[in-house]
Amino acid sequence: MDSELVATQKAIEDIWQVAERLGLDPFPIEFEIVPAAMIYEFGAYGLPGRFSHWTHGKAYHQMKTMYDYGLSKIYELVINTNPCYAFLLEGNSLLQNKLVIAHVIAHCDFFKNNVYFQRTNRRMVESASASAERIRRYEFLHGTVEVEKFLDAVLSIQEHIDPDPFPRKAGKVEAHAARTTPYDDLFYIGDEKRGMEQPARVRRTPEEPRRDLLLFITENAVELEDWQRDIIDIVRAEMLYFLPQAQTKIMNEGWASYWHSRILRELDLSDDESIEFARMHAGVLAPSRQHINPYHLGLKILENIQKRWDAPTDEERRSLGRRGGEGHQKIFDVRGTENDISFLRNYLTRRLVEDLDLYIYRQDGDEWRIVEKSWERVREMLVNAAVTMGQPCIVVEDGDYHGNRELYLKHMYEGQALDLAYAEKTLRQVHVLWRRTVHLETVIDGKRVLLSYDGAKNDRAVA
Amino acid sequence: MVAQFSVSKDDWSLHRKGPTDQARHKEKVKEAIKNNLADIVSEESIITSDGSKVIKVPIRSLNLPRFRFDSGKKDYAGQGNGDSRVGDKLGDQSTSEGSGKGAGDSPGADYYEAEITIEELAEMIFTDLGLPNLQRKQSQEMTSEAIRFDEIRKKGVFSNLDKRRTLLEGVKREALHGHPIFGGLKNEDLRFRTWQEDIRRETNAVVIAMRDVSASMGEFEKYISRSFYYWMVKFLRTRYQNVKIVFIAHHTEAKEVDEETFFRLGESGGTKVSSAYSMAAEIIERRFDPARWNIYPFHFSDGDNWNDDNTLAVRLANRLVDICNIFGYGEIRAGGQYAMSTLMSAFYTGVKSERFIGVTIADKKDVYPALRQFFKKKEGDIDG
Repeated sequence: MDSELVATQKAIEDIWQVAERLGLDPFPIEFEIVPAAMIYEFGAYGLPGRFSHWTHGKAYHQMKTMYDYGLSKIYELVINTNPCYAFLLEGNSLLQNKLVIAHVIAHCDFFKNNVYFQRTNRRMVESASASAERIRRYEFLHGTVEVEKFLDAVLSIQEHIDPDPFPRKAGKVEAHAARTTPYDDLFYIGDEKRGMEQPARVRRTPEEPRRDLLLFITENAVELEDWQRDIIDIVRAEMLYFLPQAQTKIMNEGWASYWHSRILRELDLSDDESIEFARMHAGVLAPSRQHINPYHLGLKILENIQKRWDAPTDEERRSLGRRGGEGHQKIFDVRGTENDISFLRNYLTRRLVEDLDLYIYRQDGDEWRIVEKSWERVREMLVNAAVTMGQPCIVVEDGDYHGNRELYLKHMYEGQALDLAYAEKTLRQVHVLWRRTVHLETVIDGKRVLLSYDGAKNDRAVA
Repeated sequence: MVAQFSVSKDDWSLHRKGPTDQARHKEKVKEAIKNNLADIVSEESIITSDGSKVIKVPIRSLNLPRFRFDSGKKDYAGQGNGDSRVGDKLGDQSTSEGSGKGAGDSPGADYYEAEITIEELAEMIFTDLGLPNLQRKQSQEMTSEAIRFDEIRKKGVFSNLDKRRTLLEGVKREALHGHPIFGGLKNEDLRFRTWQEDIRRETNAVVIAMRDVSASMGEFEKYISRSFYYWMVKFLRTRYQNVKIVFIAHHTEAKEVDEETFFRLGESGGTKVSSAYSMAAEIIERRFDPARWNIYPFHFSDGDNWNDDNTLAVRLANRLVDICNIFGYGEIRAGGQYAMSTLMSAFYTGVKSERFIGVTIADKKDVYPALRQFFKKKEGDIDG
C-alpha cells in the first residue's frame, strides 16, 4: 500500500471515530481513489457503469473541459448504496481528503437514515451495470441507431415519474366498458360465438390523472416490443433511484457541510491545515448571485435550527414548549424525517431570508433584475422549486382519447408557461413511444391550448 | 472497532464509457452542422478568419427535448451580499451562462460552440458539388524559372563537369585492365551534368467577380457578395491548380480594383451593368484565352439597372455565356419582398443558355443554396 493510501486510511479511521462519537450512523463505505477522468465520468453518468448514451458523453465532455480549464473541480462523489461507494479525486491533498471524508460520511449517514431513501435500491451499481449490459445487447440485436432513437425518446420524458414518495398502489388501468355503436355487430359477422355480445374492445383511461408517464406508457402502449419496455423500465428505475437525492439536495448538502466543518474542528489540524481548510470550506459554501448554493443554504438553516432549539426565546419556551438544549437532537430528527419541501417550508425563517439576502429575479427585456425580496415570497418560490424540481407537472388524462387510443397529456398549469418549441419537439418523442397521435393541453397567455402531434406534423389549437 | 470502511485504488479504466459516448456526441454535432450549413456558410467569423484553421461555429446545443418552462418567463432565486435591492440588475442575457439542475436553476443560453476546421466545413459544403459545363481546355504549360540538373552526358560544357563521376569512370576503365587505381583521364572518361527546365501543366480558372457599387447597394449586399466569393474561390481551388480572381466594381462605369477595395467600395450614382460586362469581356480577351482558361464570371447587383441599358446588358451577357463555363448573376434583395427586377426578367427572356444561372438572395441563409445552384452537378458533367 502506498503512503498516500496509508495516510488516507489513518485519516478515515480518525474521522470515523469522531463521527460516530458525535452520533452519525453511516452505511459502511468503500473509499476509492480515482483519477480525474473517472470521477468526471461517474459524475456525468450519475452512477459507475450506467448505460451508454450520447447525452452522457456530452455531460462528460463538458465536465472534463471545465476541469481541464480549472473552472470547476469535483473533490468527491458518493454513491447511495449499501455499502456506499465514495470516490476521492486522485491528487487531493491530505487535508482536502479529510474534509471530503467527513463530508462523505455525513452523506452516507443521510442516505441511511432519511425516510425518503427507505425505498431506494441499495444495490443500484450492480443493477445499473446489468441494465447497461442488456441495453448493449439490444444494440447488438436491433442496431445502435434504433436503440439510440428509442432511448432519446424515453430520456426526453425521463423526469416524468411520480415524485410522491409514498404513492398509492399503482394498479393497472381499469378496463372500462367499451363504447357501443349500432354497427358493432358488423365486426362479428360469421362469428357465432360472439354474435351480439359486448365487443371486447376496452377503453384505457386512468381513473384519475397519472403523473408517471413512463409507467403509463410501458403498461398501456400497444405496439412496444419487449426490449423497448425493458428500456423504459430501466430508465424509470434509475430515475426513481435518483429522485430522493433530488428531493433532498439542500438538506443533504447542508447536512454534509455541517458535519465536515464540525468534525474538522474536532481534529488536531496544524496551522497550515486550518488555513487550507478555511479556504476550501469558504469555496464550497460561496453564495452566488445567480442561484442558490444548496451547501450554503442547507448549512445555514441547520445551524439556525440548532441555535433556536438550544436557546429558545422566552416566547418559544412558553408557547412552543421548547426546553432548550435540544438542538442536537432536533437536527437529527430533521435529518430523519424531512425533505427539501418541508425543510424549507418549516425552517426557512424571515430572519434567515433577510440575513442571507435571498431574492427572486427574472428576465426583464435583455436584463436580469431582482423583482422580489419579501421573505414569504422567496420562501414560497423556493418551496415551489423543490416541489416541481424545475419540471412542469404533466399528467396522463386519457389513454384512449377520441376512442382511438390517442394519448391525452395535460400540463397542470400553475402560472408558469411551457417552452412551446420544446414541448412540440417533446411530443414528437412521446409519439415514438406511443405510436399514435399524442396531445398536450397547456395554457398560453391565459388560453387553454391543445398541442398535438400525429406522426407527421405538429398542430396547435385553442382547446 | 469493526472496520466499517475500506480504501483502495483500483484500476477502473476497463469500465470506461465516457470517451466513446463523447465521440458519439461529437458525431451528432457534426450532423447538426451539416444540417445547418445554410446558417453557417455565411457566418462572419469564417470569411474573416484568414489565418486560423479551426473556427468556432455556434450551433444550438444538442439537447434532448423535454417538457420545460419558458426560461424567459421563469423566476430564479439568488443571493446577494446583504445590500441587494429590488430593481438591481444582475446582468444581461449575454453575460449569464451555464445551466444547472434543481432548485434555483440559473438561466443560460442554449448555444454550443462547435469547433471545426475550415477544411472539414468545406468538405461538407462541397460534397456533390461539381463543375457544370466543364470543357477540356488546353492546359497551360507553365515555364517556371527553376531548372533541374538530372542527367549525365558525355558531352557538355566544362563548367558543368561532374568531377566525381569523371574520376570514377577513369578508375573503372583502369579496372577493366586489372588495375583498379586512378591513372590519368582520357576524353572518354569525361561526364557532364546537364539540366532541364521545369515544365508543369496547370489547369486554370479565373473568377471574374463583379459587383454593383451604386448607391443602392448597402452593407448587407457587400457582406453577401463577400461570403459568396469566399466559398466560390475556395471550391474552385479544390478543382483547379491555379485560380485567379479579377475584381470589377461598377456603377455607371466599371473599373478593375483590388480585393480590398472591391469589398470596401460604396459609391453613389446609378447603375449600368453593361459597363461591367464589357470590361469583363475585354479582360478575357486580353488576359484569359478561353481556350486555356475556365472562366467563371459572377455578378452581384440589386437589379436596379437603367432601363435603356438592359438590352445592351443582355447582349453582352450572351457574349460572356458563349466564352465562359458558367455565367452567374446574383440579385440581392434584402427582405426579398419585391418582384423580379427588370434586369432579371430581361436575362430570363434574353439569355437562353443553361450556362446562365440567376439566383436571388434575400437573406444570409440564401448564400448556401445559391452556391449549390451555381455548382449543381448535372448528368454527364466531367468531374473536375
